[in-house]
Amino acid sequence: MSILELENVTLELGGKRVLDNLSMDFWENHIHALCGPNGAGKSTLASTVMGLAGYTDFEGDIRFEGESLKGLPVAERARRGITLAWQEPARFEGLRVDRFVGAGARDRSRARLASALDSVGLDPDAYLDRAVDRTLSGGERKRIELASILAMEPKVVLMDEPDSGIDVEALEQIFRALQELKDRGATVVMITHSPVVLKHAEHAFLMCCGRLIEKGSAEKIDRYFEDKCITCPHVNEPEEGEPA
Amino acid sequence: MSGDDIVQKLLESIGITPGHPLPVNTARLQVHGNRVVGAHLVPGLLVDVDERPDGIAADITVKEGVQIERPVHICFGLLPERGAQHIEMHIDIQEGAQASVLAHCTFPNAVEIEHRMDASITVGAGASYSYFERHVHGSSGGVHVVPKAQVTLHEGARFKTEFELIKGRVGAIDIDYETECRAHSVLEMIARIGGRGDDAITIRETGRLVGAHARAVLNSHIALRDTSHAEVYNTLIASAPHARGHVDCKEVVQGQALAKAVPIVEVNDPTAHVTHEAAIGSVDAKQLETLMSRGLGEDDAVDLIIEGLLS
Repeated sequence: MSILELENVTLELGGKRVLDNLSMDFWENHIHALCGPNGAGKSTLASTVMGLAGYTDFEGDIRFEGESLKGLPVAERARRGITLAWQEPARFEGLRVDRFVGAGARDRSRARLASALDSVGLDPDAYLDRAVDRTLSGGERKRIELASILAMEPKVVLMDEPDSGIDVEALEQIFRALQELKDRGATVVMITHSPVVLKHAEHAFLMCCGRLIEKGSAEKIDRYFEDKCITCPHVNEPEEGEPA
Repeated sequence: MSGDDIVQKLLESIGITPGHPLPVNTARLQVHGNRVVGAHLVPGLLVDVDERPDGIAADITVKEGVQIERPVHICFGLLPERGAQHIEMHIDIQEGAQASVLAHCTFPNAVEIEHRMDASITVGAGASYSYFERHVHGSSGGVHVVPKAQVTLHEGARFKTEFELIKGRVGAIDIDYETECRAHSVLEMIARIGGRGDDAITIRETGRLVGAHARAVLNSHIALRDTSHAEVYNTLIASAPHARGHVDCKEVVQGQALAKAVPIVEVNDPTAHVTHEAAIGSVDAKQLETLMSRGLGEDDAVDLIIEGLLS
């Protein structure tokens, strides 16, 4: 059953069509991957679903639990259960981790916030009272952002490049946290061009040049990507007739 | 109102509830208007107070080599809506001594109050002094705060001052601190102020690094909303070998607020080094969208970001 549906979504930015007639169904309680080369439109799609500034004037429709998201502000989409984890999480000078993780949490008790940090492999005693600022590495901020999402208990998580700036050990922790989100009933959409990330998905979409090229199992998309995309001379210029 | 009642009201206004007296080894001084309403000293700390028509004059000395273990609690305040309080302080932290002060300045009902402080501070050789000043104002502004200080740091001395006004309306604030830093001394000045309505904030902080290896950091974090405005003049002058300094000013502006930052750095010795960083702007869009994507409305998200900036 779909929780998030895109129907003929088209978006132009600066006169360029960056999402081109996209129709997709994201199934409830699944881990999806949204794959494609740089510039394919993956992050743009996430920003459009989240309703970020500059990504709201699109054609077509995006429905969440059967209701259109058109015109809804970011916070309202989040309150309904959608959230986004950025490829490069923001720094918040002076803002303590407990305040950040607790910002959208359903349960703001210290025990719950500590549990969220624990789930991403960070020691709550060492992190809860620190600031989400430049003293943290990109990998630490990424895990703290994911902890804030765990505490929020969303229904759909759009996770942009889970492996960006992350070491191997921390990446495994992130995958465990994403699995925990799924175990709690959430739908996860990982945006990636990495085969390592792709193999953790149950279902995948392949995008190029703002279009949907292929969809199916992670294995199928991985093979397609290896066979056709890596050697493709038309980087982000798919030949006519290719879209799935 | 008795002195005890006034003390209780002052303490309540800064969030200290009755029934939690300070430990006996904690020194305190409580001044309402021009009247000392509470005091307790510890060995090595000398306080000589002269009550004047519009305030007090106080000589505060920490004797040579004395280490005062717990922060000295000072509370200056005025409970009425109108009035003036002029504090003249001469602080002498003698050689090798160590002390810290936690000062609250509270004007919870202010409509038209002037709080003026003129301080001279001397931190002796190898001594350490930190002064944390938190202001508690009411919601209508109405306070004119004018703290001025001349500070001298002798060789190897350390001085840290923090000024915080993040709850209640500022009214008008005009900070003017000037510090002379002799050899191997360390200066740190921090101001965290949140302005609303038509609050007016002016900060003038000057550090003169006149001794070799002297170090200084001037740090101002200001958040402005509505039609409030702020001008921050941070000056660091390094004229001694291997002096080091950094000026950091961050101002967040919302609504029709106006912010101005003027970092002035001057170096007259080829081995000295001073840097500055100033950032003024609205709340960072990515920070805002991150918090909104957790379900916070825009106003709540801005509040949280500013809470961090001013923390």
